[in-house]
Order: sequence, then structure tokens, then C-alpha cells
Amino acid sequence: MTALLETRGVWQRFGGLVANSDVSISVGRGEIVGLIGPNGAGKSTLFNLIAGVLPPTQGSIWFDGEDVTNLPAAERCQRGVGRTFQVVKSFETMTVIDNVIVGALVRNTVMREARGKAHEVLEFTGLAARADVLASDLVPAEKRRLEVARALATEPKLLLLDEVLTGLTPTEAQTGVALVRKVRDAGITVLMVEHVMEIVMPLVDRAIVLDLGKVLVEGKPADVVRDPKVIKAYLGDRHAVGA
Amino acid sequence: MDKNFAARRRRDLIVAGALATLAALAPLFVKDVYVQNILILTLMYAALSQSWNILSGYCGQISLGHALYFGIGAYTTELLFTKFGVLPWFGMLAGGGIAALIAMGLGYPFFRLRGHYFVIATIVIAEIGLLLFQNWEWAGAAMGITIPVRGDSWLKFQFLRSKLPYFYFALGLCCLAWFVTWWLEDSKWGFWWRAVKDNPEAAESLGVVVFNSKMGAAAVSAFLVAVGGAFYAQFLAYIDPESVMGFQFSLLMALPAVLGGIGTLWGPVLGAAILIPMTELTRSYIGGSGRGVDLIVYGALIVAISLALPQGLVSLFSRAKAKNQVKNQVKGATR
Repeated sequence: MTALLETRGVWQRFGGLVANSDVSISVGRGEIVGLIGPNGAGKSTLFNLIAGVLPPTQGSIWFDGEDVTNLPAAERCQRGVGRTFQVVKSFETMTVIDNVIVGALVRNTVMREARGKAHEVLEFTGLAARADVLASDLVPAEKRRLEVARALATEPKLLLLDEVLTGLTPTEAQTGVALVRKVRDAGITVLMVEHVMEIVMPLVDRAIVLDLGKVLVEGKPADVVRDPKVIKAYLGDRHAVGA
Repeated sequence: MDKNFAARRRRDLIVAGALATLAALAPLFVKDVYVQNILILTLMYAALSQSWNILSGYCGQISLGHALYFGIGAYTTELLFTKFGVLPWFGMLAGGGIAALIAMGLGYPFFRLRGHYFVIATIVIAEIGLLLFQNWEWAGAAMGITIPVRGDSWLKFQFLRSKLPYFYFALGLCCLAWFVTWWLEDSKWGFWWRAVKDNPEAAESLGVVVFNSKMGAAAVSAFLVAVGGAFYAQFLAYIDPESVMGFQFSLLMALPAVLGGIGTLWGPVLGAAILIPMTELTRSYIGGSGRGVDLIVYGALIVAISLALPQGLVSLFSRAKAKNQVKNQVKGATR
């Protein structure tokens, strides 16, 4: 079976800065894949390329067996790519349920069905009690969950999570981890960018480490954390020699 | 929750029906022509502001150039009528159609602009339109067009003896604009527009085609405003560029919505009901001392509103919602 998502030799340059160089990764159906790496490694850029915020300078992106390199973000969403934003982007003047309805309208053209779908998703993500609250009145952890709920309402095949667990209290993060598992169990493939290693590693099936815009290492989380190259990238030469 | 929502929609519809019925009965009690005139203008501006609110309130693309569409509606109707004998009813639709097309044509380059830059572009374009009409000989240039009097007739939408037919048309237009808004509010477009206003990037990631959303809002908004312009031309029986395309119309469409509550269903009607009679009254009492006085009054009102009720006057009516919010904040804090 072909991979759900594949980037083939993707480059992204911003002027003289190379954010991604020759990145080729693939994500299989039903996997939870973690995309990790130190600050400035090019994770967010790669994410934006996959979500269709901007086209890559070079290379191609394949989703579900089709070349989507030049499709805009809205079209990729229609094909089944859902995403959250690192800096939450709720529709602040709208209620929680209305936020989610926007996502649900991708696959439900009848309002009643879209509303029903939105309620279902709020139930799934544990936000049902907050349905009629304005998004601007949510606490930060709830806003993160709303991001996930909105993306889930589009009924994606692939869910891109951009640091949804970062900056949460340990309890909140555990609830988040449970939610990601639940999403995967519902048959949705997950690609997540994350900073906090101890949270991501037990959760993901596979980890891809980016450094300086390139794929450094890729493999099982347990192997990746022990890889000298990864330790060097995160902590510097001295520690790598020690390992 | 769903029940609440459906109940609110139904309540809005019932209140609107009741208000429209009351308004329709008003001429039974109001015989004074001057007051009737004020009522007609109030209804017309309520309709215009409601239409403006679709693009600028719901979709968040603030336009201060809607006078252009108003003027296009007026000119299309009168040019077709005086030059080709086309009945104003058809002229009205043609004007609406042309205005919608122009709105989309202008939207193509301008919807790439954001915030203040978009606002400035709309002002400039409307001024260019005004200048073009002032110099267009065939359309009467600065002299304008006098609509030939052919006697009272619904067919020609012209009435000399009574203002009542104009009153009922304005009421109808106001109801139409309100109903269109009500209907769009709970549709895919309504949700798309609000999403685009709040956060275009997030909207795009949820499958909203931002550009098309803006185009749709612009077309509906311009169409309805142009129909208003056609009505106004028939009502005045004389048009010139300044009297149907002047900047004050752009302002008078925006202000009621801002005063009443921008991006809300009831804001424009509420705002117009307060602002327009007040304008007309100040104008007639202070009289000849210049056109500026009503603008001073607007200015003062807007400052007062933005200080005391930044969400507009409608926020006074949603006290229940405010209470709910406090409750929710308490709930949020205990988490």
C-alpha cells in the first residue's frame, strides 16, 4: 500500500535562508508520526508546505496517491488534510460550536448535518459543555482542544498537529495524549510536531528528526533518542562524544 | 443547545414580523408628510446599512465606498428609463446586477489588500466613480438627470400625490435586506464570512476559500445597495452625481451598523432607527448653518458608543448572554 503522505525532495528557501533542504519523508496510513528537532530545524516550514500554506521552492508533495504540490490550503483540506496552528487561531468572536461548524461544512452542506457533526466532534474532544461559550473566553488548554476539534470536524485522513501539547500542565498534556490516541483509533493518521520529548516519544510509532532543514534520523522512538547524531543536534558535541 | 439555537432563530423571525407589521400600520397614524419622509429615509438607510453589513460586518471587509454601488443603481435605472424607456423595475434589477459585477471586478485586485489599505482603496474608487459621472456628458454630467413626470403609476414607480407607495417599497426593501441577512446567517456563507473576518488563515485551513467568500459577500451587498439607489432616484425624481454618489452615503450606510452593532442581525436596523431621525431633525432645526452639524452629531455618537458599548447598542439586549458568560468564566476558572 502506498503511503498516505509523501514529500519528495522538498526544498524551501526564503531568500538566502534554506529552511528545508531535500526533505523526503513518508507517513503511512494509521501511523502516529512525530516530527521533532531543535528550534529552527525547519519543522514548521515543512508543516506549512504539507498543509499548503505555501508551495515548496522545489520538490513535490503527494497525498493519498496524488500530487498536491500546487493545491492551495483550502483544497488540501477538502482532500483530507486537517491541521492545527502552533499559535492558536480560534475564531474569537464566534462560539465554540460555531468554530467547529466552519470545519464541519467541508463535508456537510446541509446546516443541520454540519451542526450535528460539530456536536459529535465536541463530544469526542470533551468540549461539549463549552459549546455555547465564545472562543475568546476559553482557557488556553481548551483553545488547543478547539483547534483539534475544528480540524477533526473536516473529517481528515491526515491530521497535522503543531505543538498541541507544548505549554500545557502535565495533567492537561496527559488528556491531550489520550485525545491523540483516540484520534488514531478512529482511523486518522497523525503527524505531530512536538518539542517535549518525554511526552511525544511514548506516543508516536515513528519519529523523524529534522536538523538544519534536513532529515537527520528517522526510526523507532526508542532508537532515535539514543542516536548520537540526535543527542549532538540537541545538546552539542560534548554530550554526543559522551554517549 | 440546538433547541436554544432554533428558538432564537424563530424568535428573531417573529420579532421582525411584528416590527414590520407595526411599521406597515404607521401611516394610519402618521399623516404629516415631513414625518413620513423621515420614516422613508430611515427604512431606506436601515436597508442599505443591513446590506453594507453583509460585506463589512459579517465578512469583515470594511468598505467606505458603497456610495459607488448606490449611485450605479440610481444611474442605471434612470439612464435606462430616460434613454430607452425601460421600466424602473427592470432598471433596478439591471442596476443591482451591474453593481454586483463591478463589486466583484473591484474585489479581484482589492481583496488582496487587508485592513486599512482595503478601506482606503474603497474610498478612492468611489471618488473616481463620482468624478467619472461628473464628467460623463451622455449621463448628464454634473447637471444630472431629471426624471420626466408621467403621473402616479406603479408601473413606472412614480408617485406625486402621496408618499405612501415609497414608504411601502422602502419597508419591503428593509424587510428583504433583513431577511437575506437572517437567512445567510445560518448558511455555509454566513459561517464562512465570519470565519474569514476572524482569521483568514485558519479559515483557509478548514476548507474555506477566502477569496470566493469575499467575492460572494461583495456581490450580495452591492446588489442590495444598488436596488436602494434605484429606489432613491425614483423617490427624488432627480439625480446628479453628488446627490446619489457622494461620500456621505458611504458614511450613512456604515454608521447605523457601527452604532447598532457591526456584524449583527439587528444592529443596522436599530442604528438607523436612532441615527436617521436624529440627523433629519438636527438638519431641519439647526437648518441653514451648514451641512456639518449632523456630522458633528455622528462623531459624538460614535465616540460615546465606542467608549461605553464597543459592541454596539444591540449588546444592551443580550444581557442574558453576558450573564451566561460570567457563569462560564467562573466555570473556566475552577478548572
